[in-house]
Amino acid sequence: MTGTVAAIGAGLAVIGAGIGIGNIGAKAMEAIARQPEAVGDIRANMILMAALVEGAALIAILLSFFVG
Amino acid sequence: MKKFFLLLLIFGYAGLMSAQQHDHDHSHEGHNHTHEQHDHSHDHSHDHDHGHDHGHDHSGHDHSDHSHGHSHHGAHVNDCGDEIHDHSAEFNPGAVAFHHISDQNVYSIGPIQIPLPCILYRHGAGLDMFSSSVFKSDSHGNGVMAHNGYVLYEGSVKRIRGNFQEGTVDIGHHAVYGKDIEVDGKKKYQLYLCYGGNKYMVDNKSTLDGGLFGGGITTFTDFSPTKNVVAMLIVCLLLFFVFRSVANAYKRRGEGLAPTGLQGFMETIFAFIQDDVAKPFLGAKWEKFQPFLMALFFFILGLNLFGQVPFLGGANVTGSLSVTLVLAVLAFIITNVNGNGHYWQHIFNMPGIPVWVKTIVTPVEFLGLFIKPITLMLRLFGNITAGHMVIVIFVGLIFIFGKNGANAGAAWGTAVGSTLLTLFMMAIELLVAFIQAFVFTILTASYIGAATEEHHDHH
Repeated sequence: MTGTVAAIGAGLAVIGAGIGIGNIGAKAMEAIARQPEAVGDIRANMILMAALVEGAALIAILLSFFVG
Repeated sequence: MKKFFLLLLIFGYAGLMSAQQHDHDHSHEGHNHTHEQHDHSHDHSHDHDHGHDHGHDHSGHDHSDHSHGHSHHGAHVNDCGDEIHDHSAEFNPGAVAFHHISDQNVYSIGPIQIPLPCILYRHGAGLDMFSSSVFKSDSHGNGVMAHNGYVLYEGSVKRIRGNFQEGTVDIGHHAVYGKDIEVDGKKKYQLYLCYGGNKYMVDNKSTLDGGLFGGGITTFTDFSPTKNVVAMLIVCLLLFFVFRSVANAYKRRGEGLAPTGLQGFMETIFAFIQDDVAKPFLGAKWEKFQPFLMALFFFILGLNLFGQVPFLGGANVTGSLSVTLVLAVLAFIITNVNGNGHYWQHIFNMPGIPVWVKTIVTPVEFLGLFIKPITLMLRLFGNITAGHMVIVIFVGLIFIFGKNGANAGAAWGTAVGSTLLTLFMMAIELLVAFIQAFVFTILTASYIGAATEEHHDHH
């Protein structure tokens, strides 16, 4: 039972990560479309933000591994 | 012609991977963590009987079948009355994955096992120093000898609890096994040793995680240079030689000349960190902290990349909490030692807000002091460990679908797909290696920058 609930928890965490990174990517695309010459800055910041969001999700996934 | 070579590469790689993994196609009856990782849902060929048969003395049973590699299914009862499963018929992907990402006392590169020194301290007794070759381990990392009360199980040294004889003793194959038991209402995977008709409990090394990952203080502490330590030393030496040659190139070729070769490559990355991470975040005092940030970035990058190469033993260094903890603690110490008055004031007594709000903000800010390095630690650990586990499980799919050798056609078919998936995952892992090193560095730079920021009037 604990294993199943932990797996569901991990799945929910990944939903959050997916939504977050999807938003970051979408806004980054829009920003690049508006100002193509800033593509380098935008790309670097996008990757940084995505890593932070992903970090939170991965912490949740790891905890679900070790708890369930 | 190109397609032929591509197919040759893919099939060759699949063959190589399955040949290398040949040693690991035995089942592991779980491993020494507290959580349940038994995945028997795919295994229909025999039944599993987790019967606990303590306290019975089976005098007339046959225990002659200790050989593995046969297609003998089912369990047999050992001398101590416990049922242990025949290891050759199952494949436990969770256990194999954890075995591959955890730290070991032997450095194994495929079938070659390089023994590492063991420096072990018995609580209440003394220090033991010996090479792990005394355990005479097989290709799994299971030792057939016990030495001074220590055994080697799946590559890690464990201690036999109770009075076990000193010196080197032959305990045979499969003498150490594990069982799931309940301790204080929590499930725990306890290892036992069956020798001479007696059953001894076997302890893992002491860890300071307070039982979170199955650790806690046990009967001994492991101070030995393990696989992770060796990998870190190798990466440090590698970085030293790379940067020394780059520095020599500058000295030899003089200023004003455009950089070439290795010098050019390293200068690109170095200048990127200096111009986009150090200078913007650290402001005026960037030179003081730049060596630390550079060391952090290249060390983490080197370790991440080193762990990705399977031919170097796949040492998962940054995927171990201890290493990332030390890096986070270093960042914490350097940030807080260099904090100026305004930094501390902003934490404990943030200016410009009413007193009743301060009672909420101050504890949150104080907790934030600790949470920031903790997230640094967990982020790096999680990303790298998750990547390694996914790759090991993709390769494990070959054994799951091939029913551990019973269905060769399915195994070959899965090998093609699994190899492609693994190559794809490894490409992502290269990217993740760079990104995680970069994110660790940039966050540390921003924390140090916030701590050393000059006061500017914003009230």
